[in-house]
Amino acid sequence: MNTLIFRTVAPYLSALMMLFSVFVLLRGHNEPGGGFIGGLIAVSAFAIYGIACGVSAVRRAMKFHPMSIAASGLLLAVVSVLPSLFLGQPAMTSQWLALPFLGTVIDLSTPLFFDIGVYLVVVGAISSIALSLEERAD
Amino acid sequence: MPLFGVEATFWALLGPFVAAALSPFLAKTLKHNAAWLLAVIPALAFLQFLSFVPGIAEGQTFKASLEWVPTFNVNFSIYLDGLSVLFALLISGIGTLITLYAGGYLKGHENLGQFLSYLFLFMGAMLGVVVADNVITLFVYWELTSITSFLLIGFDHLRRASRRSAVQALVVTGGGGLALMAGLILAGYQGGSFELSELLNSGDVLRESPYYTAIFILVVLGAFTKSAQFPFHFWLPNAMEAPTPVSAYLHSATMVKAGVYLLMRMHPVLGDTELWMTVLPIFGGITLLVGTILGIRQTDLKLVLAYTTVASLGLLVMLTGTSDPVAIQGAVIYLFAHSLFKGSLFMVVGTVDHESGTRDLNRVGGLFSLMPITGTAAVLSALSMAGLPPLVGFVAKEVLYDGTWHTVNGELWTGFAVLGNAMMFALAATVAIKPFFGAKVKTPKVAHEGTVLLIAGSITLAVLGLAAGAFIASVGHQLLSPMTSAILGVPFDEELHLFPTYLSPALYLSLATIALGIIIFMYMDKLRVIVADALRAIGWGPDKGFDQVLEIIIRFATTLTQTVQTGSMVTYMRATFTVIAFILFVPMILTGNWPKLQGIGSFYAYEWFIAAIAVIGVYAVLTARYRVTAIVLLGIQGFAVALIYLLFGAPDLAFTQFMVETLSVVILALVMTRLNLKPTDARSSRGKAFDISLSVLCGAGISMLLMSIVQLPFDPTLSEFFTQYSRTIAHGRNIVNVILVDFRGFDTIGEISVVMVTGLAVLALIRVRPKSNGNSNSEKNR
Repeated sequence: MNTLIFRTVAPYLSALMMLFSVFVLLRGHNEPGGGFIGGLIAVSAFAIYGIACGVSAVRRAMKFHPMSIAASGLLLAVVSVLPSLFLGQPAMTSQWLALPFLGTVIDLSTPLFFDIGVYLVVVGAISSIALSLEERAD
Repeated sequence: MPLFGVEATFWALLGPFVAAALSPFLAKTLKHNAAWLLAVIPALAFLQFLSFVPGIAEGQTFKASLEWVPTFNVNFSIYLDGLSVLFALLISGIGTLITLYAGGYLKGHENLGQFLSYLFLFMGAMLGVVVADNVITLFVYWELTSITSFLLIGFDHLRRASRRSAVQALVVTGGGGLALMAGLILAGYQGGSFELSELLNSGDVLRESPYYTAIFILVVLGAFTKSAQFPFHFWLPNAMEAPTPVSAYLHSATMVKAGVYLLMRMHPVLGDTELWMTVLPIFGGITLLVGTILGIRQTDLKLVLAYTTVASLGLLVMLTGTSDPVAIQGAVIYLFAHSLFKGSLFMVVGTVDHESGTRDLNRVGGLFSLMPITGTAAVLSALSMAGLPPLVGFVAKEVLYDGTWHTVNGELWTGFAVLGNAMMFALAATVAIKPFFGAKVKTPKVAHEGTVLLIAGSITLAVLGLAAGAFIASVGHQLLSPMTSAILGVPFDEELHLFPTYLSPALYLSLATIALGIIIFMYMDKLRVIVADALRAIGWGPDKGFDQVLEIIIRFATTLTQTVQTGSMVTYMRATFTVIAFILFVPMILTGNWPKLQGIGSFYAYEWFIAAIAVIGVYAVLTARYRVTAIVLLGIQGFAVALIYLLFGAPDLAFTQFMVETLSVVILALVMTRLNLKPTDARSSRGKAFDISLSVLCGAGISMLLMSIVQLPFDPTLSEFFTQYSRTIAHGRNIVNVILVDFRGFDTIGEISVVMVTGLAVLALIRVRPKSNGNSNSEKNR
């Protein structure tokens, strides 16, 4: 399986998949997609990269420990619950902010950050499992 | 009127917990002198409780309440009457002295701060027990005393004996606490209130309730375990493993008296029945005799005191059990006297141990000239314990004899009391005379008087015992009679005299006690041998029984675990899937709601195509030669399902299904490579047959369940809501995503938390590996 072609293509493929996963994540509110699916795509990207180039390469590419990524995702999701509390609304009431940006309008919202949190948890937790399974003690 | 008002009592209750938080820091900076500063807190609490005394002597009671869990009738409420105030005074007052003593006793100990912290936690809990009005509050504090006493007994946790004693005390008293909880809740429902202040005015409601016996047994179990009544007495002497300040505090004046407190507290509503007046005096009387007899056997001064404490608690329970006003007055005076002299004697023994290096009564002697103040405290307290004038212990004995003599079965109870008190007399004499008088014995350390911190407590309590005897009339009126009234539920105020005013039977009984006591003291050494031989002949006691019960439980648990947790994955999976099959089929069989087999044939061509893919997939899995191949082929099923989602307009689901399938295959394959499995299936043909039928059952069950669901009338309320509002409220067109991150976002938080925890758990599991090749990888994993 670990052929020259695969090893050559894998980094580009993973990079594309990563990009795609972010795309899927961001468009999730209106089109098919979202944090969970995006996260799974990203994990697949890491898996391919890992099979081709080894676990240590993936760990280097991730910079942080996968579980730290998952934990920060959980934190982000929980924090995005809070802003409504300060406005005297029930927790998790979504807050929207329309930012004009280079001629278009970007909708920033707490559900978006919540979804990013979901994405990070999935990426972190699943890739942590996959990576630690992949590095065998032999 | 109280010093700072009734509400200030809440601060008095909070105080010890604050002190507990401060102790470690203060002990670090001030060393043992922190005790001086910390003792201020219980002293202030003492003053607060003291300020209630005049009002309570006039028959007033005080209440205050904070809301806690109003839904369940649980309030943080306090109730102060004669009973709770005297207890609170003893706890905070002796607590102040014990704080000082602990500072002296553990001077230079590295964990002094921790010790003081535990001690204050206990103090707070104990104060809570006696002033709690709400029964649930009472129970919470009650269990807190068990837990904190566990910490205190096990303070010296490097020693095995300490750990065992701590666990034993926790199991016995904590277990009794659970019985108590049931009893209190039952009493609360039967009596119509969870506030003791209201419950106590409910008259005969509890006594006439059909649940009276149940309430009685449960409450008495709680009280007997806590107050070390036979046959639960064994934990208390074992608890002497704790440092002496703990014994002086918990095992003389406070914790062990909680059970007695409870019985006294419940007396107005549970007492004065045939059951009460049979069970309590019998067990109390037996405890009294068992405690003193076992006490004679001991040579360790601290253990002698421990067993006499058991005996005294028995005496108190016996007296409370007579339900006779005078006997209960006797119990109250005795309880007061006992707290003073026993607290003092424990501190004396601790000081002797601390300064001479031993507390074995055969290895100490003639210490009086070296330790005059400690010796004085010992003599005064022992006189009180022996029941000699002019100390308060004498008054207690006079009144309690007067009480028991006139009750039903009075001869029996009086006999118990005389015999027990005579032995207690002899033991008191032993504790005071052996170490301090007679020929000088060479002790391990050269003895000298203890520091101020060490002697302040014992001499104060001893002198208080003397003073209480001298001013018994006003002490009785101000402190003791209000407590008796609270126990009886009706006002009681009889004047007390230090010396008997006429030749009552009690006086003769007292003289008989003293004469018998002197005889026992003279033959003490012989008796000790006789008791020791007798115990050796019996060879079994509740203490051993406790170990046996624990061993049986552990053996049972081991057997059960080994049966259920075989460690074989195949067994686990079979068990899981068998249960699933049962869950699927049992309701269908019981209700007869089988799904209708309709519309199966009317598939479109492309639907047949997907079904065909799935079937081919199954065939491939079943015929695959290697496990890894089978796992990869299993992915075909998932893709077939994903295709179905896609066709029925659920792109999100399909998308996710594709990804999940892919990743499951990858992860499963990785797991396979890690486990050293045979590449081929090694199941027997019988096992295979079982597994095949099981999987067919589960598959059929799931299909039939889904068919049943589809055949139910569709309720569109939710989907219409989401369709209607996902755009307008949540600004999103993708309903699935809007549900996930907005409408039902709280569920998602739960789910991602599960994902997170699963990740951590798997990581932990993978890192557990045989030691042989463990080190190479743990570095890399970081």
